[in-house]
Amino acid sequence: MPLYHTDDQAMLADTAGGFIAEEGNIAKQLRHWRDRDCKDGFGHGLWKQMAEMGFTGMLVEEADGGLGMGHVEAGIVLEQIGRNLTPSPFLTSSVLAATALKHGSADLRGRYLPGLIAGDSVFAVAIDETARHRPSRITARAEKSGNGFKLSGSKSFVVYGSSADMIVVAARTAGADDDADGITLFAVPKDASGMSHNSVRLVDSAMATHTRFDGVELDGDAVIGEIDGGRAVLDAMLRAGRVGAAAEGVGIARGAMDMTVDYLKQRKQFGRLIGEFQALQHRASHLYSEVEIARAVTIKAQQLCDASAPSADLMASVAKAKVAKTARLAVQEGVQMHGGIGMTDEYDIGLYMKRDRALAEFLGDAYFHANRVAELSGY
Amino acid sequence: MSDTNIADLETFRQETRNWLAANCPPEMREPVRDEDDVYWGGRRATFKNDAQKAWFEACLAKGYTVPAWPKAYGGAGLSPPQAKVLREEMARIGARPPLSSFGIWMLGPALLQFGTEGQKQRFLNEIARGEIRWCQGYSEPGSGSDLVSLQTYGEDKHDNWVVNGQKIWTSYADHADWIFCLVRTDKADKYQGITFMLFDMASKGVTTKPILLISGNSPFCETFFYNVSVPKSYGDDCPAYVGQINRGWDVAKYLLGHEREMISGADNGDRAAAIGAAMKRHAGKTGDELDPVLRAELAMFDVDALAYSAMGEKFLDEIKVGKAHPAQPNMMKYAGTELNKRRHELMMAVGGSRSLEWDSDDTDGGKPARGWLRTKANSIEGGTSEVMLNVIAKRILDLPGA
Repeated sequence: MPLYHTDDQAMLADTAGGFIAEEGNIAKQLRHWRDRDCKDGFGHGLWKQMAEMGFTGMLVEEADGGLGMGHVEAGIVLEQIGRNLTPSPFLTSSVLAATALKHGSADLRGRYLPGLIAGDSVFAVAIDETARHRPSRITARAEKSGNGFKLSGSKSFVVYGSSADMIVVAARTAGADDDADGITLFAVPKDASGMSHNSVRLVDSAMATHTRFDGVELDGDAVIGEIDGGRAVLDAMLRAGRVGAAAEGVGIARGAMDMTVDYLKQRKQFGRLIGEFQALQHRASHLYSEVEIARAVTIKAQQLCDASAPSADLMASVAKAKVAKTARLAVQEGVQMHGGIGMTDEYDIGLYMKRDRALAEFLGDAYFHANRVAELSGY
Repeated sequence: MSDTNIADLETFRQETRNWLAANCPPEMREPVRDEDDVYWGGRRATFKNDAQKAWFEACLAKGYTVPAWPKAYGGAGLSPPQAKVLREEMARIGARPPLSSFGIWMLGPALLQFGTEGQKQRFLNEIARGEIRWCQGYSEPGSGSDLVSLQTYGEDKHDNWVVNGQKIWTSYADHADWIFCLVRTDKADKYQGITFMLFDMASKGVTTKPILLISGNSPFCETFFYNVSVPKSYGDDCPAYVGQINRGWDVAKYLLGHEREMISGADNGDRAAAIGAAMKRHAGKTGDELDPVLRAELAMFDVDALAYSAMGEKFLDEIKVGKAHPAQPNMMKYAGTELNKRRHELMMAVGGSRSLEWDSDDTDGGKPARGWLRTKANSIEGGTSEVMLNVIAKRILDLPGA
């Protein structure tokens, strides 16, 4: 398959690009909700609109009422979300949770997917328990209790956790903390008794929670996939989420780069446009080159994911790492080349820097994924 | 591509596979170690062994020295997908190229684009048959990155030019029979005053002098022209220049783009591959371990290398359908050559003191060190990294004054 968008995908990119630039732009969404100290950190109105556009159920199978599309299409929407810094539960709900629910029972899918597709529900995922991403270690435990389970432990950095109608929680049902096996995924509803959130606002104005589970009682039908066999589902979810986060990161990098290159063509110092200075030209050209490469490997990873290719896992980590490095370069060069005004809240370039920091951390940063590339390659 | 075409292509693949099995001698499937492991052709060429001769002649008969060129000019007339299948099948068995030359890589594409029918008939066939070995006369001592400032001058004497000047970095000029050469024919017009000339290196007044490089090799020469007489025509419909007189810069620019694509390694899977796992095995053989920080650098390198190989694939896909930005080869050349330098720095680090050996048998005559030093030219030849960045700034980012 060639590494560029098909005609249908190019059309989707046009539609999504136009819609999100219009409705999801920084003034209408990020600044609007941030300046009102919104407890959700995103707008439900836009989520509903995204449902009307068909975005929220893109990855859901057609049999379940979704569009049955793939990671290339989800990536197209995510790149626009990244470019516009749109606060949106799309990645956690429509990519991560939707991927997990593919492995869920008909009953679970029927309970949660219609709300997602309609834009009435928002989902979160609770995997990490420490400050840095480490999905190999799961210590939250769910003990058998009657027909169901009793869940105890805590999760950190649950993005949109307190707004979520359902949280996909990875818990241990067997084995030791660092075992690969013995994991089970649960769909925990928002009103589960014994679940408490400590909400924190993050640097990018998104809301996350540190979530505690104190003997939360769950029915047996809250289990997603196999009991003790959740690692495979967790891996599929992580792969989808990482490829999705890479696409969003490409949008951040391209948005920051375009804004900065524009600025180089407007700002004058020493009687010249600063874009005339070769010191800045070379840095901008280097950035362009890196961004092109990051885009290419992201499309590659999306296609491999859609084809369920054996190398999809490796390329998902390559893409996440490469995009993390590249978006970091883009926002750092962006602020520096904007000079003093790059430090002001009034200009948007600083918002790109903040969002990049938070997104890079989500599901593993460049260090985590470079290390994973080495491990998957056998060294 | 329709199903029929895919079926045809699979038939072609099977035929190619059978033909290669029958015609490519086992010795020609060994990795290339020395320059003369590949046949370069030319008036003074000799075959290193019978296998090399047999392989060359088999390919020649089939048009496979230049498979994608039209049959009329010595090629096999393969379509791009067929040529790709042939490349893949040759790579699968590790087949060496039957013939290498600047004629195939550089002059051929220029003539196919800009040449007259007479030039194509004569020169392309000579190249395809390995009869004439060409060299490229571009850079001058005072004209490196600023190539268009070149001073080698051809004085117009009606039926001929009298050429005086000096070229430098002329690859294998001392082995070449003919040169394609940028010569100033109008001193008043910088860009529209250069002619892309073709002439015989045996002409009176041409001398070459190899340049010893830091790698210990001398692949490049200085080439001197003293009152060299170049006729304006080599016969009917066969002028001694490509394109038009004084418009040689158009041809040169086209070829530079082509050269940058080649140097970028976009279609060369090996150069774009990850190295970490191989480096661990290599270290294991010498009883060494990868330091954690070295392992980390290898991991970061592999991220960049695997991402770049996706870029190479995307670039080639986009070129085929005209989606690539026309200046994108500059970006590919920049990123690819910088990556290759990093690759060799890391290989030297993993090799440790063994990789310092200059002429030992264990290192096959200092291959690691000489190869490492050779890569330093990657980001200089064919346009420096800095020139690439200038071109990206001007033509892609549209920055002012670039």
